[in-house]
Amino acid sequence: MVHQYKLNGYNIVLDTCSGSVHVMDDIAYDITALCKEKSGEEIKKYILDKYEAENICEKDVDDCLEDIKALESAGKLFTPDTYENMAFDFKKRNSVIKALCLHVAHSCNLNCEYCFASQGKYHGERALMSFETGKRALDFLVENSGTRRNLEVDFFGGEPLMNWEVVKKLVEYAREIEKIHGKNFRFTLTTNGMLIDDDVIDFCNKEMSNVVLSLDGRKEVHDRFRKDYQGRGSYDVIVPKFQELVRRRGGKNYYMRGTFTHYNTDFTKDILSMADLGFTELSMEPVVCSPEDASALTESDLPVLFEQYEILAKEMIRRKKEGKGFTFYHYMLDLKHGPCIYKRISGCGSGTEYMAVTPSGDLYPCHQFVGDKKYLLGNIYDGVTNTEIQNEFKLCNAYAREECADCWAKLYCSGGCAANSYHASGSIKGVYKYGCELFKKRIECAVMLKVAEADEE
Amino acid sequence: MERIKTIETRDLTESAVNGGCGECQTSCQSACKTSCGVANQKCENCEEK
Repeated sequence: MVHQYKLNGYNIVLDTCSGSVHVMDDIAYDITALCKEKSGEEIKKYILDKYEAENICEKDVDDCLEDIKALESAGKLFTPDTYENMAFDFKKRNSVIKALCLHVAHSCNLNCEYCFASQGKYHGERALMSFETGKRALDFLVENSGTRRNLEVDFFGGEPLMNWEVVKKLVEYAREIEKIHGKNFRFTLTTNGMLIDDDVIDFCNKEMSNVVLSLDGRKEVHDRFRKDYQGRGSYDVIVPKFQELVRRRGGKNYYMRGTFTHYNTDFTKDILSMADLGFTELSMEPVVCSPEDASALTESDLPVLFEQYEILAKEMIRRKKEGKGFTFYHYMLDLKHGPCIYKRISGCGSGTEYMAVTPSGDLYPCHQFVGDKKYLLGNIYDGVTNTEIQNEFKLCNAYAREECADCWAKLYCSGGCAANSYHASGSIKGVYKYGCELFKKRIECAVMLKVAEADEE
Repeated sequence: MERIKTIETRDLTESAVNGGCGECQTSCQSACKTSCGVANQKCENCEEK
């Protein structure tokens, strides 16, 4: 499938099934758009008429058509989509678990109004995971990981620092068992920052492969939602802590991770605000909430958000040239060494290779399903017992949804987020169209940044 | 090619032969947590050296 678009002065052509990216002048761009629908003569006439002022001759058009044919023969343009059967077969065969989201605390010391986890409680009671439960979860992961060496565990909540001693003991336990079983645990901690202190900083910077630090950007934006139970904004408390943690991190991975809502559709300002604080690894996500919620993004927000993503991409180019570059999570594309086709067709892995564990040891397909009893998969003691639900997740892939059949972006999103689909359509096999539109725009911008980078070289 | 510049990319068709080891990170484990994407994930077997 071929997708053509114009952005920041570039005519970009994506051949999605080979992964190829081409940058074309106006004539080649038009010819590519026409060459599967019109005859050579019709194309010639159209191009010669349209570009009359540019002294284009028939030979120019013929040469360009030859180049396009050569790309097609080389498997870089109009590559047929042959991956569908592979997608279903691959997930059917794949039965290992390689990542757990450990909900070590269903409790939070902030009371963020937009929280998809209902202030950390996930529509249930406040609870902390015991060391014994966490230990069993790690054993469960090892037992079910087959020959996978790299195992990931995300300490999540609620606020995981509210159960910090257990987190530390679990890391210590994992380091013991990884040697015995030939595994490599990679830990991530996602935190609101309120309880960060020297001990947290030292431990995280030694043991956590990644830390995700929640910051929404500008102070007034952050403090609108991210308040404590007395209604006080958390910005002034957490920003110095985050800066200190990152300063001492020595280049290890981290993300500043924000959420934008209907109230800050100019979210680029929030990303730049984080960059201005000295942070360089940035992520900003659209809010996940009910459409009835006042903070929900609306149809009329969409063109504004598209423009924001473009502004962000252009600003990133500008700042990079000035030596003040930063990374935006959704624009990180490694075109040469990125994910293989199996990764691209098999989806996010929720409910199959990735699961969330509640404080009591229940298993859910991912953190966004926690608390929804329909999606309870089983528990860490008995394993997955609700195979009917798991089989539904096994069928989630880039080819699972009719709506995706003709979508150029399906090998970039792999069918999208099952939880978003469920919340938008009532089914994990549905589609969250609004999210799709944002996703496609982000990918267009991300590829454009790569094109601009190549242009600089 | 005079009018077309091709950016160097990983050949996805070829990766059907040499890919699929599964050692890569699960998509939601890194930073997003609310919107799946796979294209920006790293490959454990062919990271840029």
